[in-house]
This record gives sequence, C-alpha cells and structure tokens, in this order.
Amino acid sequence: MANSHNPDMTPGLTNAYDPGEHPDWPAPSSVKGPVHWIKTNLFGSVTNTLLTLLAIYLLYKIIPALVQWFFVDAAYTGASRKECEAQAGGACWAFIGSRLQLFIYGFYPEVQRLRVNLSVVLLAAALVPILFDQVPQRGKWLIYSALYPFIAAWLLVGGIGGLEYVPTDKFGGLMLNVVIGVTGIAFSLPIGICLALGRQSHLPILRIVCVAFIEFIRGVPLITLLFVAAVMLSYFVPPGTNFDLLVRMLIMVTLFASGYMAEVIRGGLQAIPKGQYEAADSMGLKYWQSMRLIVLPQALKISIPGIVNTFIALYKDTTLVIVIGRLDILGIGRSSLADSKWQGLSTEVYVFVAVFFFISCFLMSRYSLYLEKKLHTGH
Amino acid sequence: MAETQTAERTGSIGSSKGSDDIIVIRNMHKWYGDFHVLKNINLTVKSKERIVVCGPSGSGKSTMIRCINRLEEHQQGDIFVDGIELTNDLKNIDLIRREVGMVFQHFNLFPHLSVLENCTLGPIWVRQTPKKEAEAIAMQYLERVKIPEQALKFPGQLSGGQQQRVAIARSLCMNPKIMLFDEPTSALDPEMIKEVLDTMIELADTGMTMLVVTHEMGFAKTVADRVIFMDGGEIIEQNEPNPFFENPQHERTKLFLSQILAH
Repeated sequence: MANSHNPDMTPGLTNAYDPGEHPDWPAPSSVKGPVHWIKTNLFGSVTNTLLTLLAIYLLYKIIPALVQWFFVDAAYTGASRKECEAQAGGACWAFIGSRLQLFIYGFYPEVQRLRVNLSVVLLAAALVPILFDQVPQRGKWLIYSALYPFIAAWLLVGGIGGLEYVPTDKFGGLMLNVVIGVTGIAFSLPIGICLALGRQSHLPILRIVCVAFIEFIRGVPLITLLFVAAVMLSYFVPPGTNFDLLVRMLIMVTLFASGYMAEVIRGGLQAIPKGQYEAADSMGLKYWQSMRLIVLPQALKISIPGIVNTFIALYKDTTLVIVIGRLDILGIGRSSLADSKWQGLSTEVYVFVAVFFFISCFLMSRYSLYLEKKLHTGH
Repeated sequence: MAETQTAERTGSIGSSKGSDDIIVIRNMHKWYGDFHVLKNINLTVKSKERIVVCGPSGSGKSTMIRCINRLEEHQQGDIFVDGIELTNDLKNIDLIRREVGMVFQHFNLFPHLSVLENCTLGPIWVRQTPKKEAEAIAMQYLERVKIPEQALKFPGQLSGGQQQRVAIARSLCMNPKIMLFDEPTSALDPEMIKEVLDTMIELADTGMTMLVVTHEMGFAKTVADRVIFMDGGEIIEQNEPNPFFENPQHERTKLFLSQILAH
C-alpha cells in the first residue's frame, strides 16, 4: 500500500498517491456551475431569498405592462393623437415617426440633408482606426481620422468649393447633439492630456496656468459658461466680426470637458510608479518620448473608466444648448409638444429621447469595457 | 585664478579620455533638503573594471550610482562619464544616458509592452535603429540571457528572475559602455537569485564595465575587481575582494561584514 510510506498516518485514512504524485482533480460541482451560482447569489440566505422573490414579483408586474405599452398596444400610423388612440391604448409612435426628420436633422435644409448623411458615413469610417488597432494601413487611416473634424465642418457648413452655405443656426435635433458631442470628445482628450501634464510640470508658470484653468472650469457650471459664450464673448471680439454662436458653444463645451478630463488623467498619471519614469530616463528617452511611449499609454489605460465617464457626461450635457436657444433632439421634442394635433404625448417624446441617449451611452460604455480587457497585459 | 584651475582640470579630463578612466567622480556632495546624503565622494572607474558597492541601507550607495546617470542630481563636485562632464546641460545628460545602462531593483520593465518591444524601444527611439535590425539585436540579447522563447510575452507573465534578465537584455540592447546595477537581486525569491547572478557573471566575462550595488558577497568575491564599502554617505574603504574580506581595515567595515556574513 502507498500509505505504508507514512507510518504516522491516522488509521482509517488512506492516501492513494505517493507524496508529490497527487494529480489535479476537477473541482466538485458544489463550487462551480450555474446551480452553485444561483444557490449562493440568489438564495444564499433567508433575506436573499425574500429579496429574490420580491424582485421576481416586481419584474413580473412591470415587464409585461411595459412590453404591452411599448409594442403590443402601440400605434405606428396615424395623423394625429386621436387617430392613434382609436387604434390602441399604448404608445403613439406615429407622432415620433411623423417628425423623425425634424428630430434627426433639425432645420437643416431638406435638399442638403444628404451632406449630413455623408458626414455620418465618413464619421464611421474615421472611427474605425481609432476604435480598433488591427486594421490594415492604420497609420494612414488615422491621418484621415485627424482630418475628419475639418472635413465634416466643411461638409456641414459649406460655403466653399461649390457647397451651398448652411448657417449653423439651422443645425438642430440629433445632428446638433452629435456635432457638439463628437467635437467635444475629439478635442477634450488631447487638451485634457496637455493640461494634466502641465499640472505636473516643473515649470512654475505653466503649472500655475494649468491649475488655475482646471480649477476655474470645475468651479463654474456648464450653463454659466454657455451663457457666457452666448452673451459675453461678443464683447471680447472686435465689433463687426461674426463669431459663430455654434463655434462659441463648441469651444465652451470642449474646454469644460477638458478640465474634467485633465483631472481624470492626472489620477492615472499618479498611479504610474516612479520606476517607469526612471527606466525611461535611464534609457535616454526625451520627455515627450517617454510620455508618449511609456507613461501615457499606461496612465490612459488606467483612466479609461473615468475618461469614458467624462465622454458620456459631455454627450448628455449637449442637451443644455437649449438654454441659449438652440434646439437639439430634446429641444425639438419639447417644441413638438406644442403641436395641437399631438398634444399630451410628452411620455413618447421623452421615452424616445431617453432611449436614443441610452443606446449611444451604453455603446460607449461597452466599448470601454472591451478596450480595458484588450489592454490588460498582466496575469 | 579659479577659472584657469577649472580649465586645467577639464583639460586633464579631456586628455585622459584616451586613458582607461571611464568614470571620474571628484569631491561630489549631495543633499536631500538639509540632509547630507553623499559626502565628498571620490571614485575613479577604469574601463572594463567591475566594482561592487556594499554598505548598510541608507548609506548612500544607490544614490551614488544614480548620480552617475543623473537620476539624482549632485550639488557639488564633478562627475565625468566617458570624458563628458555631467552638468545641467540636457545634451550632455542625453549623451551619457546613451552610454550608461541601468538595471533596477524592481526591474521597471514597461508592463504595456511585450518583452521584445521593451528591448527594441530604446534602440528604435534613441539610437534610430531600423525596427527589423533592432528586433534582431534584441533577440540576440534575449538569447544571451536565455529567454528568447518569452519574447512575445508581457512582463506580467514572467517570473521575477526572468523579468530581471529581460531588464538586463533591455539595457544591453542600447549597447552601453557602462552598466549600473542597483540591488538587482534584492526583490527576487531566493531560487531566482542564481539565474540573475549567472547572467551578470557572463556579462562580466565579456569585459563590460560594471558598477553593482549588492548584498551578494559571493558575487563580489568571484567577480569584482574592487569592492567599495560605504557608510553614512562616505566611501569608508575600498580594496580588492580578497584583502577586503580577509583583512578589512576599518572598524565599520568589520562590523558590517560580521553582520552580513554571520547568517
């Protein structure tokens, strides 16, 4: 017998393997598998069991009613609220459908809307090399991505090269949200990085300027900045010059997000061990090389949750342009409620706007999770 | 008067470039705030010389070797590396850092880059070596430290000993004239110390100039040309390993050796 090797072994216990020879056994079903998961997570204790049952009951009450209102009893056609109600008692999506063009394009001239569609297609193409690193010719493609904001600005505003000029006060609806959101996101990250690095700088003046800027931005509500953009900035430019209101808003939104971005990235920078800077220095890398190749890739990776958080906040804050008289998707929705044919359908409008924002923000958050997983190189 | 003196000094260093003195430290002092960490350090290292620096913790030995590549700034005295004076001039600092490789206690590999990328980064960005060539050189050094098969892994997937060997290979890829080791085995599990020391011994056999801060007295005995003992920010004693260990001159050296060799 194998256990004869161990004379001290308690009688009755057997050891089938010699010391050091024990193979790996599969884990028993009591520590893994779906049954184990349900048992420990949902019915682990009396309180847990009660809460689980309560949750199931609430879901049973809510979900079917929601589905009923959203889909089953919903009316998709009709020319007024009365016609909707004649069909069924649920949501009147015909209202949204009849104004979909307005929701998407705002007051952009109808014949020119192809330009908006084209810029969306180009946006998708510009995003591919930024979001995924395994694409062929990524370097050249990224140059296009960097140029995209300017291409899009030309496409949307026009006035040069044969494109008809569309004043920016015609921008509205979803398009306005996307224009402000994408601009803010595209420019706030690099500006935020510079501010965060500036705040760490050994040069006192640079550091003070960055700290003052960040603290000012964080101490003032975005609405205030938008009012400043709308009213006060015109005092600072020479009379007669036309400083476009949309551009002013874009600058304010971008600067606002940059201030927050800088603090998020500073958190990431502080998490980088001193040894990484020393290793980069001892190799002879210059400041910008060690930042770009060593420090920022790691700091930004750590900061991804915070960065995406700021992006999402910025994107949702684009609805605030309503306070200076521009109608984004929410503003269009609110003004649509004034239509006498469709009065009283505010639920549909707000649900529609909420679903739109939820989908966009949810996609951003899922992408950030994918990115975190992909960049994880530890064990 | 003072000026001519400085000129003479620099001149003597310039002329000594042809000779074997690759590092010259003269009357060097350093303070952290009011704390006088390094006191009047004088040290000359010849090309291909292998020096082990030992001493109790807090004695300034790491700080001293970190002054050589300007990870720490000295406030008084002169440091010349390969004939270049270490001043606030960034150009000189960059020149010196290209010639001086450093291996750290905590490896300091770049965790977001693969082992191979860790090794090619310096040659590509500092020496402007073409990528293909840099990779070939990196593989050569990874083979020399006996881990070519790990080239595509990330540092986080390697053991401590393997990481430290990658760190050595990474420094060697820059083709340095001098290698500084700052307690290279202190953060390692006992069974991994040997593989790193073996790598360092092989490196010493190739004729590399090495300055090693370590507590591994066995390494000092077999490899070092000279052992330096530091305490309280001063170089207390220096000698060849045999007389240093057999017949230490200074009381503090005797005390230190008795403590470190007792266990």
